[in-house]
Amino acid sequence: MLNPVFPHRHLLGIEGLSPAEINHLLDRSDYYVALNRAPEKMSDALRGRTIVNLFFENSTRTRTSFELAAKRLGANVINMQVESSSVAKGETLIDTAVTLNAMHPDVLVVRHPDSGAVKLLADKVNCGVVNGGDGSHEHPTQALLDALTIRRRKGKLNGLLVAICGDVLHSRVARSNFLLLLTMGARVRIIAPRTLIPSQVDRMGVEVFTDMTAGLKDVDIVMMLRVQNERMRGSFIPSVREYFHFFGLDRAKLAQAKPDALIMHPGPMNRGTEIDSDVADDFERSVIREQVELGVAVRMAVLEILALNNRDVQARKAAS
Amino acid sequence: MSVAKPGRIAYINARVVDPASGFDGPGEVLTSGQEILDIGSKLFDGKVSADTQVVDCQGMCLAPGLVDMRVQLREPGEEHKESLKSAGEAAVAGGVTTMVCLPNTNPVVDDEPTLEFVARRARQLALTKVYCYGAVTKGLQGKELAEMGLLSKAGALAFTDATRAIADAQVMRRALQYAATFGLMIVQHPEEPTLAGGVMNAGEIATRMGLSGIPREAEIIMLERDIRLTAMTGGRYHAAHISTADSVEIIARAKKQGLNVTCDTAPFYFSLNELAVGDYKTFAKLSPPLRNEQDRQAIVAGLKSGVIDAIASDHAPHDQDSKRLPFPQAAFGGSGLETLLAVSLDLFHNGDMPLIEVIRRLTSGPAKLLGLEAGRLTRGQKADLVIFNPDESWKVIADAFKSKSKNSPFDGRPVQGRVLRTVIDGRAVYDVLGAAQAPARLTAAKA
Repeated sequence: MLNPVFPHRHLLGIEGLSPAEINHLLDRSDYYVALNRAPEKMSDALRGRTIVNLFFENSTRTRTSFELAAKRLGANVINMQVESSSVAKGETLIDTAVTLNAMHPDVLVVRHPDSGAVKLLADKVNCGVVNGGDGSHEHPTQALLDALTIRRRKGKLNGLLVAICGDVLHSRVARSNFLLLLTMGARVRIIAPRTLIPSQVDRMGVEVFTDMTAGLKDVDIVMMLRVQNERMRGSFIPSVREYFHFFGLDRAKLAQAKPDALIMHPGPMNRGTEIDSDVADDFERSVIREQVELGVAVRMAVLEILALNNRDVQARKAAS
Repeated sequence: MSVAKPGRIAYINARVVDPASGFDGPGEVLTSGQEILDIGSKLFDGKVSADTQVVDCQGMCLAPGLVDMRVQLREPGEEHKESLKSAGEAAVAGGVTTMVCLPNTNPVVDDEPTLEFVARRARQLALTKVYCYGAVTKGLQGKELAEMGLLSKAGALAFTDATRAIADAQVMRRALQYAATFGLMIVQHPEEPTLAGGVMNAGEIATRMGLSGIPREAEIIMLERDIRLTAMTGGRYHAAHISTADSVEIIARAKKQGLNVTCDTAPFYFSLNELAVGDYKTFAKLSPPLRNEQDRQAIVAGLKSGVIDAIASDHAPHDQDSKRLPFPQAAFGGSGLETLLAVSLDLFHNGDMPLIEVIRRLTSGPAKLLGLEAGRLTRGQKADLVIFNPDESWKVIADAFKSKSKNSPFDGRPVQGRVLRTVIDGRAVYDVLGAAQAPARLTAAKA
C-alpha cells in the first residue's frame, strides 16, 4: 500500500508537494535523527532492498550521505559514477535506465548535470527515483535537510524571514529551498548581483535584493550559496575580491540580521569568497555541520518511504 | 485511365479558394495534362465531354497547392532523419506542392553541384516540387560570401544561412549589398547568437525548470540591426519565423518606411506558447523558442493585419536519438509539413482570419516573395492543387507521419482540416478522396 500521507513513487522536486507531505518527511526525519545519535545506528527497515546511487556528476558529500542513509536502513547500496563527458551521454542515460531495470533496484538516487534529466530517467525505470540534483532545477533532499535544520532550531518554518544569498541563477539548492520555504509559509529574500538572479524569479513569490545590507535586515536565517570559481572570472562577476566585498558574508553584514539568526551553507564552502571563516565557524550561529548530520536522517526518511511505496508496485508487476 | 499521364480532368462541385484572384465560392476547374485549362463558377453545366474524367469534390475546398518556404531537408547527409523521398511524401500528405529547402544539408548547398544534386533527385521522385535556398556564406560559416550569383543562375531562389544567423554586421551588410546586385533576397534567422545560448524562452517558466533562457531580445535586437542594414544598403531582406510581439512591430515599421522587408512565421508560433515545453518536452524545443502568450497573440494579429506575409512549416526533422535526451542536450526543431494546413486553419476556426486569408499566407503570399509562378489558380498554369475538407476533425498522431521523423510538438493535438487530394502537374500524388486507388467516388462522365 502506498504511504497515505506521501503517496508518491518518486521525489523529483519540491514543486508540487503540499505542506502536509513536507511535514510528514520532516517528522520521519526527526525520528531518524534520534536513531543516528544512538550508539546502535541501525534499522532494518530496508533489509534486503537495493538502493543505487547513480551519479553523472562528481559528488562526494551527497553520494556519501545517501550511501550512509541506505546502509543504516539495512539496504544494499551500489554506487555508479557515470562519466558524462562523452558526446553520447544522453543515449547513456536511457540505456542506463534499461540496464538498471534488469537489476531490480528499489530506489535510484540520481544526480545529473542537465535540468529535467532525472525526470526523463524516472519515466523509463520501474523503481522509485530520488532527484539527487538535476542541473539548475532542483535538489529536494537538500531543501528538506535545510528545512529540518531550521525547524529543529526555530521550532517552525511558518512566518520566518529567510535570505538566500549568492548564485541563485545556477543553483538547484536555491530553487528547491525557496519553493519549500514558500510552501511552508516562510518569507524568502534572494540577494545577489543582477547577473546571478534568474529572469522573473519575483513571480515565484520571492523578494529580490541586490544590496546585501538591506536584504539581510531582520532575517531569521541566512543561507549562503556556493559560487563556482569559473563564474568569477569576468563572465558573471568581475572577481572574487569584488564579489566578497559586496556579497560575501562577514560580521558587518551579518549584524543586520536578527541577533539569533542562523547561518547555513549547503557546502562545500569557498571560505573568503562567499563566506568569511570567522562567520562560518561561529559556534553560536553557524549550523553548517548540523546540516550535514541531518542530511543523513532526511535521506533515510526519503529512501524508506519511497522504497516502501515502490515495493507493492513492483510486486504487482512481478505477479502479472 | 493511367494516373501517370493525366488527360482532361474536371473538378466539379468544389469550393474554389484562390487568394491571388480573391475568389472564394462554388466553382469548377478543368485541367488538361499538366496545366489548368479553365476555371470558373459554372464551367460545365452538367455537360462534361466523354474524354474528361470527373472528380466530384463534394463541396470541399479546392485551392492552389501550398507553397512552404522553409523546410529543412536532411538529404544529402542525414538521410536517416529525412530523405527527399520521405520529405516529398510528407509534403504531399500535407497539401504542399512546392517546398523551398534550406541549404543546411551535408554538404551545404553553397555550390552549384550540390544544388543540382538536390534538384535532380527531386525531379526523379516527382513528388512535391523542390526549390533550394543557397547559402549566403561558404559552409554557413558566416564569414565569406558564397557564390550567390552563380547559385542563383543554377536555380537558388533566395539566400540564407539556414538555422544560423548571419551574425557579423559587416558580413550581413555586404551580403545585402551583393545580393542586391542581382536582385536577390537574403533570408535571416533573426537571432543574436551571443544572447541565444539558452534552450527555451527566458522567463518565469525557464526559471522554474532550471533551464537557461533565450531572451526575446535576441530576436528583437537582430531584427532592429538588420532593418538598419537594409535601409543602409537598399537590400532585400526577409526575416524567417518571427516569434515576438516586438518583431511584428519592427517589421510593420520597416514596411511603413518603404523598405524592402518581409517576414514569415511558423504554426508553432501562433498556435503554441512556452507552456508547451511542460515537463521538459523536447519536441517543443524549437528555434526560435516558443514564446509567451502575449507574443503568440501578437503573431496572430500580425498574420491578420498582413504584416506577416507568409506561414512556413519550419519543418525540422530529427530522429529519436536527437530528441530522447535531457532537454538541454536535445536538438532544436519540430516536424511541420504534415500539420501545416490543419494547424494554420486554427486561425480560421478561431475566427481570427477568413479562410481565404489563411490560404493566402500559405500559397500566393510566399510564392510572391520568392518570385514563383505557383500558389495561384490561373489558366495556363501548372495544375498544382490541394483539395481539403476545412472542417474535418482529426488527431495528430506523429507515429503515422510519412516523414521519417516524428518530432511534432503537435502530437496528440486535435485539429480541424484534412487534406484529401494533392495534385501536382495535373497528377494526383496524394489521394484519400478516392481517385487513385478506389475510383468509387469518381463519377464517370456521361455524354
